[in-house]
Amino acid sequence: MQTVFSIAVDALAYGMVLFVISIGLSVTMGLMRVVNLAHGGFAMIGGYIASYVARDLGLGYALAIIAAVVFTILIAIPIERLLYRRIYGQPELTQVLMTIGITFCIIGIANFTMGPTLKTIPLAPALQGSADIGFRTIPIHRLFAIVCGLAVALGLWYAIEKTNFGIKLRASVDNAAMAAALGVRTEIVYAVSFAVAVGLAALGGVVGAEFLPVEPYYALRYMVTFLVVVSVGGAGSIPGALAACLLLGAIDTTGRYLMPEFGEFFFYLAVIAVICIFPRGLAGRAK
Amino acid sequence: MSADLKVNKAADNAAKTERLRAGFIQRDLIGFAVIVIVAALGYVLFPDNLALLTRILAIALLVLSLDLVTGYCGVATLGQAALYGSGAYAAGILSAHYGVTDPLVMTLGGILAGAVAGLLCSIVMLRAHGLPQLVLSIALVYLFHEFANKASSWTGGSDGLSGITLDPLFGIFEFDLFGHTAYFFGVALLLLTFILLRALVRSPFGMLCRGIKEDPVRVRALGASPHRALVKMYVISGAVAGAGGALSAVSTQVVALDSLSFTQSAEALVMLVLGGTGSLFGGLLGTVIFMLFEDFVSAANPFHWLTMVGALLIAVVLFAPKGLYGTMESAYARIRKRHDGEARE
Repeated sequence: MQTVFSIAVDALAYGMVLFVISIGLSVTMGLMRVVNLAHGGFAMIGGYIASYVARDLGLGYALAIIAAVVFTILIAIPIERLLYRRIYGQPELTQVLMTIGITFCIIGIANFTMGPTLKTIPLAPALQGSADIGFRTIPIHRLFAIVCGLAVALGLWYAIEKTNFGIKLRASVDNAAMAAALGVRTEIVYAVSFAVAVGLAALGGVVGAEFLPVEPYYALRYMVTFLVVVSVGGAGSIPGALAACLLLGAIDTTGRYLMPEFGEFFFYLAVIAVICIFPRGLAGRAK
Repeated sequence: MSADLKVNKAADNAAKTERLRAGFIQRDLIGFAVIVIVAALGYVLFPDNLALLTRILAIALLVLSLDLVTGYCGVATLGQAALYGSGAYAAGILSAHYGVTDPLVMTLGGILAGAVAGLLCSIVMLRAHGLPQLVLSIALVYLFHEFANKASSWTGGSDGLSGITLDPLFGIFEFDLFGHTAYFFGVALLLLTFILLRALVRSPFGMLCRGIKEDPVRVRALGASPHRALVKMYVISGAVAGAGGALSAVSTQVVALDSLSFTQSAEALVMLVLGGTGSLFGGLLGTVIFMLFEDFVSAANPFHWLTMVGALLIAVVLFAPKGLYGTMESAYARIRKRHDGEARE
């Protein structure tokens, strides 16, 4: 029972971290139809910045999160303007190559500037230790990750379903040309969504550093996981991404607890099974 | 009169086909000659570095196999190394565990294993399109990788498969320490594959595959089955990749887990795109340039190497989307057109 409970908590927290990082990827993929393999790279940049601010400058966890989000967005804006702009609407292969190229560059530069070692992000004192919830104790950091995930999901749901910007966003996702013809400035919608996506990736990179340790190969190692989440969930769908994250988080964590020697084997097997059964993702729409 | 016209037209078409075929055969011969010359040059210029050259040959087979599915059929995959590694492990296991030490039989085993892996991968991959297909290819190569890692009693796990012993080729040519025999064996294998693939890609089947890349719906409307053709092409591609894997197992006499890795797949794709997709020459050119460049730069610093590959990729996408060979070809066509125009004036 103890094991089942800790698996459940870890799986939930891990799934939420995956959700925070990959939801931005899912939205931009659904919106701009760009296969962005460099998304994990932005999460990694966020982790590095947070580590630098919290550990080397000693400025505290909250400030580290804010700095990570802001500076990662600042780094991403020129990349979007100079490189991503060129590949909107191009064939998939071109997009894959461009974004793999960006990923390789990010890895190389991160390794050059920050060194090949693993970076830790010291937690705020309030997040250390564990909380007693009556019949069990849960590490507070896990709770924090779960709350972050829920907050992001709720915030995005509100922004997309209830605000003016959300209406424009949904219109651009459904039919960009028609939305533009009706006066929606799609390039602004694109730029804002890209910035939000990158900011969320950075947030996830910081909050999830306990699960996905920050090191130069982060961008490549977890790239697959994020892509898997998006394609299992169906690009552009928040409920789909949430379901995919919880499902894959559960499979991955259970596999690690019960059969650690088989590592990722079951994870990939599950991915292949899900995609074969739902080729458009759990919540994918028919074309 | 109309009958007359028809006859004329038919004769005209026949002559055109004949000319086209002659052009193809001429290019085949040129390609064959270029490979032979480059191989001989490599042998003369880098006699101490035949191991690298043989590695280039093995990777060239992998890139050619990737070209078959990506360049000719339009299936974007980041998992081609699964087929290459299957061939390498099959050849290695035949020798290390079953005592089959004839290099030709080992290569045949690698080709067969690659083809079987290609069949398996195609059954899974062709169920989806676009991003899910790409993710499936990545998941497949990781699955193969994990499997080889876990089945360590067969594959040696992360230590790699060692203990591969070889008989002399044809019972005469010993596989020596300097890799002379392995090199010539590799060149012969590549030449044979190249000729067969040239014939394949301009056969009606090859044309069908190109048609599927352009417009699968129309191909289906014309009465052909895109799915069946793609599975067939995948099996052929697996056989070619398996031959490459077997060559690497035979020449180095170890099989490392790296040969099944995602990185290997991504690098193969980079080489293909660098050279130019949809042409066998492009794949070969990309492989040679990339591998020599890698050998030169990564000796200095492996991490700068990654940055440079990234920058190279971005540059190719921005400035030479057709790849080096494609860009060269269109530049040549432009020059020739201008030249023709001037001559006419």
